[in-house]
Amino acid sequence: MRRLVALGRAELLLLLRNRMALFNAVVLPVPLVAVTAGAVRDADPGFNARLVSGMLALVLVAVLYYNLVTTFVARREELVLKRLRTGELTDAEILLGTAGPSLVVALIQMVLFVAAAAAFLGLPVPVNAPVLVVGVLAGVAVFVALAAVSAAFTRTVELAQITTLPVLLVCFIGAGIAVPLSSLPDAVQEVLRFLPLTPAMELMRLGWTGPSFGGALRSSLAPAGLLAAWTVVAWLGVRRWFRWEPRR
Amino acid sequence: MAVIEVSGLSRRYGDFSAVRDVSFSVERGELFALLGTNGAGKTSTLELVEGLARPSGGSVRILGHDPVARRSRVRPRTGVMLQDAGFPGDLTVVEVARMWAGTLTAPRPVPEALTLAGLDHRAGVRVRQLSGGERRRLDLALAVLGRPEVLVLDEPTTGLDPQSRRDAWNLLRDLVRDGVTVLLSTHYLEEAEELADRLAIMHRGTVVAAGTVREVVDAHPARISFGLPSGVEPPALPGAAVVERGRVVVQTDELQPALLTLLTWADRDGVALAGLDARSASLEEVFLSIANEPR
Repeated sequence: MRRLVALGRAELLLLLRNRMALFNAVVLPVPLVAVTAGAVRDADPGFNARLVSGMLALVLVAVLYYNLVTTFVARREELVLKRLRTGELTDAEILLGTAGPSLVVALIQMVLFVAAAAAFLGLPVPVNAPVLVVGVLAGVAVFVALAAVSAAFTRTVELAQITTLPVLLVCFIGAGIAVPLSSLPDAVQEVLRFLPLTPAMELMRLGWTGPSFGGALRSSLAPAGLLAAWTVVAWLGVRRWFRWEPRR
Repeated sequence: MAVIEVSGLSRRYGDFSAVRDVSFSVERGELFALLGTNGAGKTSTLELVEGLARPSGGSVRILGHDPVARRSRVRPRTGVMLQDAGFPGDLTVVEVARMWAGTLTAPRPVPEALTLAGLDHRAGVRVRQLSGGERRRLDLALAVLGRPEVLVLDEPTTGLDPQSRRDAWNLLRDLVRDGVTVLLSTHYLEEAEELADRLAIMHRGTVVAAGTVREVVDAHPARISFGLPSGVEPPALPGAAVVERGRVVVQTDELQPALLTLLTWADRDGVALAGLDARSASLEEVFLSIANEPR
């Protein structure tokens, strides 16, 4: 833990010194919340719940996933990751420590969204907080791994804007953020339900506005299982493809 | 048991063999230098020793352990300097060193490590603003920060000014005196002559000469050269004689007898040997003759 904190602190300093990343992490979410809050005040609570869990998913993907792809690529191309691998840290510690500040920022944003939603949108207190938390944490685990996999296929920081598109688009569509799932053909809907962001959102929605504590728990088994499977697959992908130094 | 034991090591990238059947060992408290031209396979070899990659064949043992499989056992006792330093440009020198210290089991105090590397006066400067030589010294500071028993240094003094190079040499000598085992690569022959207890010269992925500086040099012929008045033929001398730009150049394994024969002949016949030059092989000559070897 002490070793993770040492690396995380250095990454945090870098985040604070990188205006662009800092803007994305801290300033950008504010208007997002404001606009959402203004637009949906009159909508029905079910719609609001879907919208807010969509916002959490947006943080997972846009803030966590995208930031981490660029961070992993930047550190790899600067030869920082290679240097770190000559030291005592394990590979997992290097990835987690490097991801640390982005992780913390994303988690803080999610907590703020939940608090803001409760305060301004009149959403109830989560019916099953553990399910909500599991949804968030499992989502984090999947998207950290997916970021590492995407970084493996990204040559430069600039190219991250392109290489992250497939995951971003598919997840947005699959989770019904961009368009309601029900407006798509059935077959497409079925496929999209199996994408990693969908079960994460499902867990968050269940934990928050599920029918009851027990009901939320029962309904969460299938998405939790799917998410666990994605986590395993994504981390196997990291082991298979992640590169610690630039291609020569 | 040797602290670093490399045997039959090879490394392939696709069809290209970067390292072929390389073997050497380094004893405790010894400084071993790997010499070679660019592309000779030094860095590829060191990366295998560092445990950053698995060899295609052969084995590496550091303090008795495989550095890849037993990474967690080996790393707390080793310090590494890569050929290219990788530090985030937006951190200061002391921030990088503090981060690194935070990952180590038993680090020196950060100011002590920076002082050892001669970087204490640049502690608050961002890495981006450091010169190439200062970056190299930061890398060296990190390598010694964990009080390692074994140092693996890839061209540690490349880019240093002459004074900083001397300082780095003194630091390495002090560490070796304290029992630290050092494996370094360099293309400065002077550095190997100054520091190395033993060395190996690599060429095209394989070791072509190894031993102490004395041993490597003694295996190579000495050289005598002189000019003769026109029309005068040189005497028969042990070794091979050729004429280069009007001068006779003799390569011989028996410098003293050859010289005696030559001087006796010249004295007897009253011949003046213009620009007479006789020397044992130097490490530089050995190195150049290896580097210039045709494929």
